[in-house]
Amino acid sequence: MSAILRLEGVHTNIAQYQVLHGVSLDVPEGGVHVILGRNGAGKTTTLRTIMGLWKARLGTIQFRGQDIAQLGTPDIARLGIAFVPENMGIFGGLTVEENMRLATHDGSFDTERLARIHAIFPAIKQFWAKPAHALSGGQKQMLAVSRAIIEKRDLILIDEPTKGLAPSIIRNMIVAFREIAEETTILLVEQNFHFAKALGQTVAVIDDGRIVHRGSMTELVEDAGLQSRFLSLSLEAH
Amino acid sequence: MSDTSIPFRTRMSAGIDRFGGVMLLPVVLAFIAFVLIGQPSTWATLTIAGLAMGMMIFLMASGLSLIFGLMDVLNFGHSAFVTAGAFIGATVLAWLGFWVTGGNPALNLAGLLLAIAAATIFGALAGWFFERVVIKPVYQDHLRQILITVGALIVAEELILLIWGGAPIPVPRPAVLTGSIVFAGVSVEIYRIFAFLLGLVVYVAMYLVLNRTRLGLLIRAGVENREMVEALGFRIDRLFILVFMAGSALAAMGGAMWAGYQGLITAALGSEMMILVFIVVIIGGLGSIQGSLLGALLVGLMANYVAFLVPKMALASNMLLMMAILLWRPYGLLPAVKR
Repeated sequence: MSAILRLEGVHTNIAQYQVLHGVSLDVPEGGVHVILGRNGAGKTTTLRTIMGLWKARLGTIQFRGQDIAQLGTPDIARLGIAFVPENMGIFGGLTVEENMRLATHDGSFDTERLARIHAIFPAIKQFWAKPAHALSGGQKQMLAVSRAIIEKRDLILIDEPTKGLAPSIIRNMIVAFREIAEETTILLVEQNFHFAKALGQTVAVIDDGRIVHRGSMTELVEDAGLQSRFLSLSLEAH
Repeated sequence: MSDTSIPFRTRMSAGIDRFGGVMLLPVVLAFIAFVLIGQPSTWATLTIAGLAMGMMIFLMASGLSLIFGLMDVLNFGHSAFVTAGAFIGATVLAWLGFWVTGGNPALNLAGLLLAIAAATIFGALAGWFFERVVIKPVYQDHLRQILITVGALIVAEELILLIWGGAPIPVPRPAVLTGSIVFAGVSVEIYRIFAFLLGLVVYVAMYLVLNRTRLGLLIRAGVENREMVEALGFRIDRLFILVFMAGSALAAMGGAMWAGYQGLITAALGSEMMILVFIVVIIGGLGSIQGSLLGALLVGLMANYVAFLVPKMALASNMLLMMAILLWRPYGLLPAVKR
C-alpha cells in the first residue's frame, strides 16, 4: 500500500521547548491509521505540525509526494487535508448549517453527500438551524467530523474524537468512522485503545516526541508483550 | 423540573430574554430618564440627541470591535483615524464652499456626502498602510501592539497638527442640515436626525454583509477561532487586511460626522472620543456589531440624560455603566464568541 503521507525526521518546537524529536511515519492510503501515546507524548503536536499550525523546524512532510512542511495551513487544507482538532474547532456563534457551509469551497452543498452525512449523524439534520454552541459535546464532535467530510478529502486528521464522550456515542462514532474510511484516509490520534483497536489498520506509538513502534493494529492487539512494552502507561488509564 | 428548582438568576434571564433580552436596555434607560426628567419635550430632545450621538459613536466603535475580535489586536491608534476623518471631512466641506452653504439642498447633501466619502476612503487607505506597516510585525504580541499603536497615534496627531495647526478649526455645516424641526412641541436638530439615519444605514449594511454573505460568515467565524478558519483553507491574513481597512474607514466616517456635530474640532478630538469608544466596545462585547450598536446607544443616551440631570457626572456615568454591565456580564452584553 503506498503512503499518502510521509513524515521524515520531523522536529517541532513550541516556544523554547522541543516537542518532536525526529518523528518518522508513513500513513498508507485508505483506512484508519492510529497514533497512540500517553498525554504529552507529542500526538497533537504531530497532527498540528502536519497541518502547518506549528512549523517543523527540521525534517520533511510529504503529502502525495509533495513537501508540505513549509506551506501555510490554508494551502495544506486546500490540498485535500481536513483537520478535526481536539477542541473540535466548532464556531459556537454560527448555526450548524453555517459551520458546514464554511467548510465547502464555494458555499454550496452536494445534496447527495449531505444526505449521506445526515444518515450517518442524524443530529446534524435535527439541529441544522440551531446555533452550534447549544449542541452537546457528542453532537459537537459529530458536527466537527461532518464538517471535515462535507466535501471529498484525501486525508482527515482527527485528534482524540472520543475525549469526554459517553460510551454509547463512542460506539456510534466507530460505525461512522468505518463508513467514512471507505472513501478517505483517516489519521487518528487517540488515547482510548479500545476505540483505536476497533478502527485502526496500522498503529504508531509515540513517546517523548519519537515514534517508538510502528506496525499493524492486529499485531499490537494480539501481542500482550508489545502492549505492555509500549502502551502500559496509556492503557492503564482505560 | 419544577420552577423553584431553577436558579432565580436563570429564571430572571429567561424572562428578560422573552421580552427582547438586553436589547431592551436602552428602552429601560429611556423610561427611567423619563421619570427623572419629568418634562416630555425635554426628555424627547435629549433622547434624540442621545440616539444620534450613539450612532456616531457606533460608527467609530464597530470597526474597533471587529479588529479586537477578529485580529486580537489592541489598536490604541484607532483614534487617529477618527481625528483624520474629522479633519479631512472638515477640509472638504470648506473647499466645497458654496455647495455646502448655498441654498440648493441637493448640492448641500452632495457636498456633505463627498466630505464623508473622502474621509472614509482616506480611512480605508490609511488603514491598509497602518495594518501592513505598524500592526503586521506585532501580531500575537499584545505588549508591542500597545506600544507601537500608541507611538503611531502620537506620530499621527503630530502630523495632523503639522498640516492643520493647533488652533480649533470651524466645520461648516451644510445649510440643509442646519436648524431644527419642531414636531409635537419637541425641537430636534436636523443634523442629529441625519446622523442617526446614516448610522442606521451603516448598521443595516454591516448586518447584511455579516449575516448574508460568505465574507461575513468568514469574519464571524474568524472572530471565534482564527486557526480553524485557516484549517478550513481560508487565508485569514487577507481577511485581517480587509477588516482593518473597513474598521479604519468607519472610524474616519464617524470622525467626519462628529466634526459636523461639534462644529469646531482640534487634533485631540479622536483621543477624547476614544474613552467612549472603548467603553462601547467593552460593554457591547468584542467582535459583535449588535453589541457595539447596543453599547453605543446606551452610552449616547446615558451621556445626554446625565449631562442634563447631573452635569458633573456625565463621563463618570458611562464608567459606572461599564462597571455595572461587566459585573453582570463579564464578556459584555452581546459577545460574538458564545462560551
